[in-house]
Amino acid sequence: MTKTILTVDDSRTMREMLRIALADAGFNVVQAEDGIHGLEVLENVSPDAIITDINMPRMDGFGFIESVRGHETHRALPILVLTTESDDQKKDRARRAGATGWIVKPFNPTKLVDAIRRVTA
Amino acid sequence: MDPMAAIKQTFFQECDEQLAELESGLIKIDEGDRDPETVNAVFRAVHSIKGGASAFGFEDLVEFVHVFETTLDLLRSNRIEATQQVAACFLRSSDILADLVAGAREGTAVNTDEVTAAKAELQALCQQAGGEGDGDGFGTSEESFTDLAFQPISISIDSIFGELEEIEQQTYHYIIKFKPRPALYAKGNESLLLLRELGALGSLRVECNTDEAPFLDDLDPEGAYFSWTAYLETKDDAKASIQSVFEFVEFDCDLSIAEADDASFDPPPAVEAEPAVVHEVEAFLAAAPELALAPEPAPSQPQVASEQKKAEAPSGQPQATIRVDLERVDRLINLVGELVINQAVLSQRVTEAGLSRASSVMMALDELEQLTRDIQDSVMAIRAQPVKPIFQRMSRVVREVAAITKKSVRLVTEGETTEVDKTVVERLTDPLTHMIRNAVDHGIESAERRIAAGKPEEGTLKLTATHRSGRVVIEVSDDGAGIDRQRVRQIAVNKRLIASDAQLTDDEIDNLIFAPGFSTTETASAISGRGVGMDVVKRAVQALGGRISISSRPGQGSTFSMSLPLTLAVLDGMVVTISDQTFVIPLTAIVETMQPKKESVHLIGSGTRLIRSRDAFIPLIDVGAVLHSRPSLADPTTQVALLAESESGGRCALLVDEIQGQRQVVIKSLEANYGRVFGIAAGTILGDGRVALIIDVDGIINSLRVETEAAENLNIAAE
Repeated sequence: MTKTILTVDDSRTMREMLRIALADAGFNVVQAEDGIHGLEVLENVSPDAIITDINMPRMDGFGFIESVRGHETHRALPILVLTTESDDQKKDRARRAGATGWIVKPFNPTKLVDAIRRVTA
Repeated sequence: MDPMAAIKQTFFQECDEQLAELESGLIKIDEGDRDPETVNAVFRAVHSIKGGASAFGFEDLVEFVHVFETTLDLLRSNRIEATQQVAACFLRSSDILADLVAGAREGTAVNTDEVTAAKAELQALCQQAGGEGDGDGFGTSEESFTDLAFQPISISIDSIFGELEEIEQQTYHYIIKFKPRPALYAKGNESLLLLRELGALGSLRVECNTDEAPFLDDLDPEGAYFSWTAYLETKDDAKASIQSVFEFVEFDCDLSIAEADDASFDPPPAVEAEPAVVHEVEAFLAAAPELALAPEPAPSQPQVASEQKKAEAPSGQPQATIRVDLERVDRLINLVGELVINQAVLSQRVTEAGLSRASSVMMALDELEQLTRDIQDSVMAIRAQPVKPIFQRMSRVVREVAAITKKSVRLVTEGETTEVDKTVVERLTDPLTHMIRNAVDHGIESAERRIAAGKPEEGTLKLTATHRSGRVVIEVSDDGAGIDRQRVRQIAVNKRLIASDAQLTDDEIDNLIFAPGFSTTETASAISGRGVGMDVVKRAVQALGGRISISSRPGQGSTFSMSLPLTLAVLDGMVVTISDQTFVIPLTAIVETMQPKKESVHLIGSGTRLIRSRDAFIPLIDVGAVLHSRPSLADPTTQVALLAESESGGRCALLVDEIQGQRQVVIKSLEANYGRVFGIAAGTILGDGRVALIIDVDGIINSLRVETEAAENLNIAAE
């Protein structure tokens, strides 16, 4: 069955890249522009995994992950954090917020699909 | 289009938005805004650019953005104080960033000295803060990117080089003990998937230890009770690959990876004949489905929650927008133009039919007219864009010129949300840039002179936009010394623009700076002396159907005022008759009208006539003859002369039969519908349904100049 991936990123460029890379890999892609929007999308969509950015207006990635983890039906969803940060602090914070894993930008489609495979059945 | 190229385009569009965001945020900080959200927005803007830039491999850009971002991060974490110096440094960096983005877009080289200087400035800030940005902190980022990349999985390569491997058959053995904690599941990780990844590295046997599993009554559904011992045999050194499999979960499980020699490596016998580990695990899982299915994650940790609340500061609902191809909008505007014309035709026909104004048809028609006008306004509003982006660009111009001239200047903008037609906005950049440069360079005095004059050391430049009676007025005013009229007058006399004894009002002297050829080489400097004078500004503004004027008060400053049309789709025109044909002459080109007298018209050579107007001789052009709508030259005394000025400042008097009046007309491109016609700029349709051509005043004046020059050359040759 086709897997649905929700991507949350405020950058249009990033959204486009994610959309194309994921669609090419055969995923069904749903997109949101920030954490709040992401939560709104989750009201109607049940993705197989989420890919989220950290730095976003309105609700950042940490807040978003935490909200998803507190959500009744979505709390077990694998969440991958997109990060340009290489320092362990940021990753540690993502981890503490409940992220499943991370993808370091810049990513290529292989890396992206690889990471999704690692967290989805 | 190739998808990557399309995304690249999106990236650059987004960069422009982010740069604007960055600049406006930095200006706010410069002005003393201490709202953390402002700093966050600035940081995000730079961060977004970095993300895209690294995806497209714009190395120079990434390198600079990284330094910039690191420094901004220190600001965000309050390790750098947002003083004006710091803000100024960031603003300079944002200029460099804009250059780098432009460089990446155009593929052009960027002044590396400037980049290096800005980078050094940022790094100095970091060092002051003693933050992570010291020296090598910057360099490490690239390496760590690669460090964190997922390790390649070696199976496919193994099969390719299988034969080679057989010659030197060396195997590696690992024993991996893995015991997840509940947190691992709470974060959406899954032991089965990790073991599956492990299986992809080589040949794997897994033993599951279920000893800790409690009885069902005591079982916490979100607990973690199983642990695994995995025996992995690989053909390559796979330690790093194994570690990367557990990269996401290393803090949420007990993990030991041990390399084992052949003797101690004692995998359990396969449960099934099939060696595939996945099957093995699945088989086990199938035997105890209720336990093995992913345990529900634990509830989220409350202490993280409070920490996170702050991050959710509301920044208002973003305005919903759609992106539409400009061509579609223009097509719509065109159609509405047709509608307006059609409505005018209809209304004239009905009037001609002799219906009374109170008749129901007329009343319905009035409503239609109102509606049409509303539609027209709404459609024009689609093309309208706020002047904000171009105003923002000006703050950079001010910074640059102020830095070169060593003046301290503050730009104050007002009415940034005022909207003008997209094309007008785009074509306004150059003249406005020039005016701003001029104002900083010539308008505002040096700090010493300002202090001596009892003014604050910092000069103020005000840039405002307002809507005024259907036009947009943009003003640039400085609090400088004002126009030095004596000097301007002297220059004009020296350049033979005016007679040395000419009587001029203050206003007339001020407006001399727009005269072609005035461009003051005497005052030309590195900034404004780029070979363009204010006459070029005037021409550019006129080309947009605008007007420009200046008012100046000695010692108090000057104000340049531009009045621009809201749209280029309609035009204010003078409707005239030339040998029974109706023509429209753009109002912006007309200076005045006059009734030629016999004694003021002089004939020079063959067919060239001049008319005397205020002590000057101006070529008199019989538009009818030029456009070949009448065979011979008309008698000027029976005609009306319109004194017109071309965009390049050339003057002439256009002879027409009669003036019908002024009217706003919808411009219809002639080139698109028919072809280029000499002397005609475009067409329009009048209320009576007839086509009227709009006269290309510039074209006519320029052609005249060429003719005169040719004639002069001929004369010289004859001599």
